[in-house]
Amino acid sequence: MTSLRDAPADVTARYEMVVGLEVHVQLRTHTKAFCSCDTTYGAPPNVNTCPVCLALPGALPALNREAVHLAMRAAHALGCTVNPVSVFARKNYFYPDLPKGYQISQYDRPLALGGRLDIGDGDAARTVGITRVHMEEDAGKSIHDRYPGATAIDLNRAGVPLIEIVSEPDMRSSPDAVAYLTALKQILEYIDVSDVSMEEGSLRVDANVSARLLGATALGTKTEVKNMNSFSGVQRALEAEFERQCALLERGERVHQQTMLWDGARNEVRPARSKEASHDYRYFPEPDLPPLVLDPQWIDEVRRELPELPRVRRARFAREYGLAGADVGVLTATPALADYFEAAAKAHGDAKAAANWVMGEVLAALNTSSNSVKTFRVPPASLARLLDLVREGVVSHSAAKRVFALMAETGDTPERVAEREGLVQVRDADELARWVDEVLAEHPAEAGRFRAGEKKLLGVLVGLVMKKSKGRADPRRVNQLLSERAGG
Amino acid sequence: MTGPTAVESVTASFARMEAVRAGADGLNCVLWSDRERAPLAGYPVAVKDNIATLDLPTTCGSRILEGYVSPYEATVVSRLRAAGSVVLCKTNCDEFAMGSSNENSAYGPVRNPIDPCRVPGGSSGGSAAAVAAGIVRIALGSETGGSVRQPAAFCGVVGVKPTYGRVSRFGLVAFASSLDQVGVLGRTVDDAALGMEVIAGRDPYDSTSADRPVPRYRDAASQPMRGLTIGRPAEYFPPSLDRRVAALCDRALDALRSQGAQVRDISLPHTDLAIPVYYIIAPAEASSNLARFDGVRYGLRVTGDDGLRAMYERTRSRGFGPEVTRRVLLGTYVLSAGYYDAYYKKAQEVRACITEDFRSAFASGIDVIFTPTTPSPAFELGAKSDPYEMYLNDIFTCTGNLAGVPGISVPIGRVDGLPIGGQLITRHFDEAGMFAAAYALERALGDEAHR
Amino acid sequence: MAVTRDDVAHIAGLARLAISDERMTELVGQLNAILAHMEVLRQVDTRHVEMTAQDGSQRLPMRPDAGPPIAMHRALDEIAPDMRDGFFLVPRLATHEDVSDAS
Repeated sequence: MTSLRDAPADVTARYEMVVGLEVHVQLRTHTKAFCSCDTTYGAPPNVNTCPVCLALPGALPALNREAVHLAMRAAHALGCTVNPVSVFARKNYFYPDLPKGYQISQYDRPLALGGRLDIGDGDAARTVGITRVHMEEDAGKSIHDRYPGATAIDLNRAGVPLIEIVSEPDMRSSPDAVAYLTALKQILEYIDVSDVSMEEGSLRVDANVSARLLGATALGTKTEVKNMNSFSGVQRALEAEFERQCALLERGERVHQQTMLWDGARNEVRPARSKEASHDYRYFPEPDLPPLVLDPQWIDEVRRELPELPRVRRARFAREYGLAGADVGVLTATPALADYFEAAAKAHGDAKAAANWVMGEVLAALNTSSNSVKTFRVPPASLARLLDLVREGVVSHSAAKRVFALMAETGDTPERVAEREGLVQVRDADELARWVDEVLAEHPAEAGRFRAGEKKLLGVLVGLVMKKSKGRADPRRVNQLLSERAGG
Repeated sequence: MTGPTAVESVTASFARMEAVRAGADGLNCVLWSDRERAPLAGYPVAVKDNIATLDLPTTCGSRILEGYVSPYEATVVSRLRAAGSVVLCKTNCDEFAMGSSNENSAYGPVRNPIDPCRVPGGSSGGSAAAVAAGIVRIALGSETGGSVRQPAAFCGVVGVKPTYGRVSRFGLVAFASSLDQVGVLGRTVDDAALGMEVIAGRDPYDSTSADRPVPRYRDAASQPMRGLTIGRPAEYFPPSLDRRVAALCDRALDALRSQGAQVRDISLPHTDLAIPVYYIIAPAEASSNLARFDGVRYGLRVTGDDGLRAMYERTRSRGFGPEVTRRVLLGTYVLSAGYYDAYYKKAQEVRACITEDFRSAFASGIDVIFTPTTPSPAFELGAKSDPYEMYLNDIFTCTGNLAGVPGISVPIGRVDGLPIGGQLITRHFDEAGMFAAAYALERALGDEAHR
Repeated sequence: MAVTRDDVAHIAGLARLAISDERMTELVGQLNAILAHMEVLRQVDTRHVEMTAQDGSQRLPMRPDAGPPIAMHRALDEIAPDMRDGFFLVPRLATHEDVSDAS
């Protein structure tokens, strides 16, 4: 037993954080999980409702096939085994934004079990086990601050399909948790099943946290932390809760299993409720929905249809295009950017040049505009064409940046922009020769010294020709011509 | 509650009749000649008040839905209208179909047209009474544990509970989802067969409705009984059974023999467990199904000045009657932490045994099972005050709901002037065989069925 | 397994039913009487029972991801007890903390 006197100043120093995450993800379907109402975000209140999602007397659920498809896709991408038979269950509790008084979810027979997610790089790399992926429906929204003394209920979101992804308690720090969420979000973006926006609520995170003495193997008592609305919020909430638990343990007190709410503004966690601590959801199989029996062929087909996942894509980019690790990370951050790069690289042929342009000009242009890769006005083929023009010497490198900026503005082809702006390099031998001869004639002293072998004047003369051509001359050709005039 | 005056009631009834007549006139022109497309043209139908209709309230016999008019229509009602029918009226029922006497309605009891001192049975008591009184030839009811067959027996009419999944439940206000089915009450087997033909079949809005073809049930009228074997389960004929009821059953079995059927004694060994199983599963599902009546989106709301939880509790306590309250509590209890395995899970396992009883009986060469529908005829209003004694009314019918098999109650005679029903049960989705036996029984008994 | 007043009070709370004291006494008695009849199930050996769907052939149908939704023939404010600006209104939750109930 260490005495308190020996305890380090930092109460957390002797402890290890153990974290498991429960992530809710809205699936991007056109209609809700159990009725044909629109799922579009931002409609006027209660417009996207029908007898089913309003829980009118007598209404019954009918499952959306696409929700199952997307849920399976996510389960496969996380390496889970999709169960050929899973069962929907009712989770019973009263809340005004839960119209039926129960949530249709899955309980003891979920859609998929036993996956894994690789997170982090290098020394920080680790694997987090995925316990399960199950399907459920979202609740509506309760708005507490709009009308005095009343809570306003909007059921547009009620019934939107969700998956819950439950991890094993395999994370050991708050950065681990953020790395997990980052990797998870990236995978879900790659497989295109969700908008995965924590701000818009299409990705929501609850954390199970416990603390144990370093070297201990048994798990400590966990608490559930809720109400985080950004990745950094998750990180700060985990640290705050870990510190709270460590302080309790240092004082010889016990951690109580309870729900804690994160208050981002105050940077603190506090217990969710004091009374009626125990939930009793009275789960039982949903009698309105027979077991979900999935055709093994369909399960296979969905797995085979999975696109290339981030980790595989990163390895391939490094291998095929000879790119450095950091560059690969930037280029594969989102599937859209990775696709953009790859299309440009393939069309142009020089992957390094394409990578430099995508990481430089393209990302800068995207960051300063409201465009996404998909709506960006320079398609990868146009970028590739611009790079071709640079390589061919039709456009100088510096002129190309101006051409690109104008392409992003107008959506025009590089040829047209360069033409219109007079940025095409002049390579016409006669014209170049005339400019060179005029410069030599106008500067006889320098010309004489240059002809006499003073090579360092070459730069000055090239500059003069470029000036005369208003930047349109191809500097390499000018160089060549001047050298010829000097007698080789 | 102050109800309408007699004059108001009668005026409202006549207004409704006029509206229905106008509808029928319209149909006359278009559909009267096309009996195939509109087999119900000219049949006004009464619909139990737990089935959603657009132009009449749907209250489920409950104060919590007083005045509620559904913004959508049940699939069965749409099908009735598509077949040329008109909904004449909604019929009173036990609150949320929980009851066997129709005494549990917030809007007062229904009386038995055969003897107004007696109950019509329940929970589809209003529908049974409307048919027995000759107001309509066909009425829709709903079944969870016998709520069509039992009142049909008490009122001397025909009542059908189809196979679970045969008829859409979309728009039927749920009591116990794994047991509920819409049923038909009719003056004759033919009326019931006609009604069932119209409402049966797959509905994409009900995920438990079966995608199977629906035969023309009226064709069963001419099907011979010769070569068929009727099973007589010993458990439905206990020594304690009223011997006058037993005698009517014997007469009915003789009538079926006279049509060429054989009768064989069989056993359905788990029958005596049906009531305990039923009164765990049905309340458990009900406790969840009735959670939506929370005063938030529709129906009654009773507020105080003390927040949301008090609103919930006041609304539900004021809105639900004593039987509904009792069953919601019972159902909440059997699903709650620590009790689920002992009650709900166990009940589901025993339910599987009950289903297996039927399966093995039919597998052993039995085509139709015959039982009394109820152990005794209609009782007097107020005669049964103990809840469990009331539950025993469903003793011969709830097995069919638990197993999901179809059943029909046909009048087989009277005791002290009160109707007694005989029940015919067949295998899953064999309504055609069930109707064939019912037609045969009705034909063989003739007028004796009502003596 | 006999239910106590506390048990009934607890489940009444879960079911959001307010039960008066005198009603409580009556209900405890009735529920115990009903539950006593359920005891018979304990004696049934169900170890061999396989739990399957009702007739084994049932599987969940799936619908296409498309509209239109089931039509509403009546506006929400015709059926709702209290609406404003398109929202259903309910009395405010007693405490913010109750929000977690919705987990």
